[in-house]
Amino acid sequence: MITTSQPDSGGHFGPYGGRFVPEVLMAPLEELERAYVVARHDPAFHKELSDLMTNYAGRPTALWEAKRLSGVLGGARIYIKREDLLHTGAHKINNCLGQILLARRMGKKRIIAETGAGQHGVATATVCALFGMDCTVYMGEEDMRRQRLNVFRMRLLGAKVVSVTNGSRTLKDAISEAMRDWVTNVENTHYLLGSALGSHPYPVMVRDFHSVIGREARAQFLEREGRLPDTVFACVGGGSNAIGMFHEFIGDEGVELIGVEAGGRSLELGEHAARFAGGSPGVLQGCYSYVLQNADGQIALTHSVSAGLDYAMIGPEHAYLADGGRATYVNCSDAAALDAARMLSRTEGIIPALESSHAVAEAIRRAPAEKGKVFLVNLSGRGDKDIDIYRENLKDLDE
Amino acid sequence: MSNTRIGRRFAELREKNQPALVAYLTAGDPSLDATVRLVAALERGGADIIELGVPFSDPIADGPVIMRGAERALAAGTSLRGVLDCAAKIRAHSEVPILLFSYLNPMMRYGFAKLAVDAKAAGVDGILMTDASVEEAEPYVKTIRDAGLDTVFLAAPTSTPERLALVGRYSSGFVYLVSRTGVTGEQAQLSAQALPLVKAMRAHTDLPLAVGFGIAKAADAQAVGQLADGVVVGSAFVRVIERYAGTPEMETKLEALARELKTGALQGRGTAGE
Repeated sequence: MITTSQPDSGGHFGPYGGRFVPEVLMAPLEELERAYVVARHDPAFHKELSDLMTNYAGRPTALWEAKRLSGVLGGARIYIKREDLLHTGAHKINNCLGQILLARRMGKKRIIAETGAGQHGVATATVCALFGMDCTVYMGEEDMRRQRLNVFRMRLLGAKVVSVTNGSRTLKDAISEAMRDWVTNVENTHYLLGSALGSHPYPVMVRDFHSVIGREARAQFLEREGRLPDTVFACVGGGSNAIGMFHEFIGDEGVELIGVEAGGRSLELGEHAARFAGGSPGVLQGCYSYVLQNADGQIALTHSVSAGLDYAMIGPEHAYLADGGRATYVNCSDAAALDAARMLSRTEGIIPALESSHAVAEAIRRAPAEKGKVFLVNLSGRGDKDIDIYRENLKDLDE
Repeated sequence: MSNTRIGRRFAELREKNQPALVAYLTAGDPSLDATVRLVAALERGGADIIELGVPFSDPIADGPVIMRGAERALAAGTSLRGVLDCAAKIRAHSEVPILLFSYLNPMMRYGFAKLAVDAKAAGVDGILMTDASVEEAEPYVKTIRDAGLDTVFLAAPTSTPERLALVGRYSSGFVYLVSRTGVTGEQAQLSAQALPLVKAMRAHTDLPLAVGFGIAKAADAQAVGQLADGVVVGSAFVRVIERYAGTPEMETKLEALARELKTGALQGRGTAGE
């Protein structure tokens, strides 16, 4: 079994990852990698990041034992890692604080980012406001419609939000547009990529900035339970919250790691975003990993009720963990995620983001049959941004 | 010098002290049958080498004009297999060198071993993959070269000397120099980054050097033709197709633009042309 997971010097996790970009971007990626390696070994960088994490973002986040939820299910006991309590409402701020410090070290004055659900866009706009940087966020037109509140939050924070009208008008198209901007303005611009995706060093760098999630959760769990969890659940779009949670547990062979992808409306191509259910290895947006594609190698359209999971490729380290059997990837339908959101809201007083609801749903599905086990669920974000979608889908509550 | 039609064409032109006009089209825009006729029009206008673009759903290096071309081609049902058949139809009546120009994923999905054989059989002369960095190229460069096809890589203004050396080593046929940081598309004027890049690349390779990105007018072609072995034009041609598709003028307009650009390129060498 895989007990460690580090990329090689070219950013490969097994066969996955690497660098597949137009030549213009190769030297900037090398520059970013060098800056990151220097920062990673610089105590001053860690000191400043740690101060921001604690005093600005609100770390450590709570570990909550969901006793009412567990009681209703009558099986496994469920703990919840409350990344939803972080400043800006999701785990995304961890990575944004790390990358904004790097951008400043590299002398970049302009930040660009893509966003799906808007959580990464809001976190990017937030750190740009904090550091006085110019900020442009690319967002698919369809996502802007479903996440209107976050669009306004970004604008309030001083960011320019650019509507992307190509392709499926969702996260994938926003990333392509951000890459086109980066290719054009590479001299003064840092691309603050928001998931454990894209070309090396992004997947490893984003993972490292989020690995605080798993480090905290593991220590908190040991302190509270005197043991490790049996199973850890996290939702997986690109996979940043999941890899941040999983990383610290990879060496703990007894801990089962479960990534939950978006099962959407059905598992027919185009109706979901479950890359391990019908996807195959390919190259998209700088990275080699599992991707949903048709027989001609054209990237498939995806669907999820959750904008943050609505993406055709999974991060390369997840592909590696899946191949090696160290992590298992399942999927959860739109309907199950919506049910889980309602259940968590009513039993624990916690309204989850739709993305995180997918992880909650899988824990809910398994808990009844696993009495005696202890689960850990990463609640990557809070549900305020999803209220319009909850209203559309939970019509019985909206008289 | 490579022994493909691409290598031979550059050698012939070098003898005559002429730069090559390299013309890009997205295959299948507006249809694969039209592409065969459009390539013939480009040839009549003086294009020396054809880049046959394989449309991809997520073209990260392309600007709006070629992006829309790819969307039209995909909407018309174009696949890599269809593009190869199209190349074979062109080859049935023409010796114009053909470079397949693609993103990596459609070719990876097709399979490089099969692609190398099928592309050769279709009369293709070389392959360029926009998002294939030289670091990741090893596994398929050999497969493609062993089939007797050229592998063309991109060099950019941001490329370090070490990277230019790698690009030179992995390329055959010619090296494609990206004139500026940015996506494909016409520019008001030629980038000041273009000519220094030609000089920098010369230090690393004897291969012909073709400059592309942002070249749309005869004056640009003339400036590039002075120093480079080839002038690559894409978006300007695709824009003509977009504007005139479905009209009887599409082919004549494309031919006229090719002629204008070729004349400009030749003036860059002080040669009046044929």
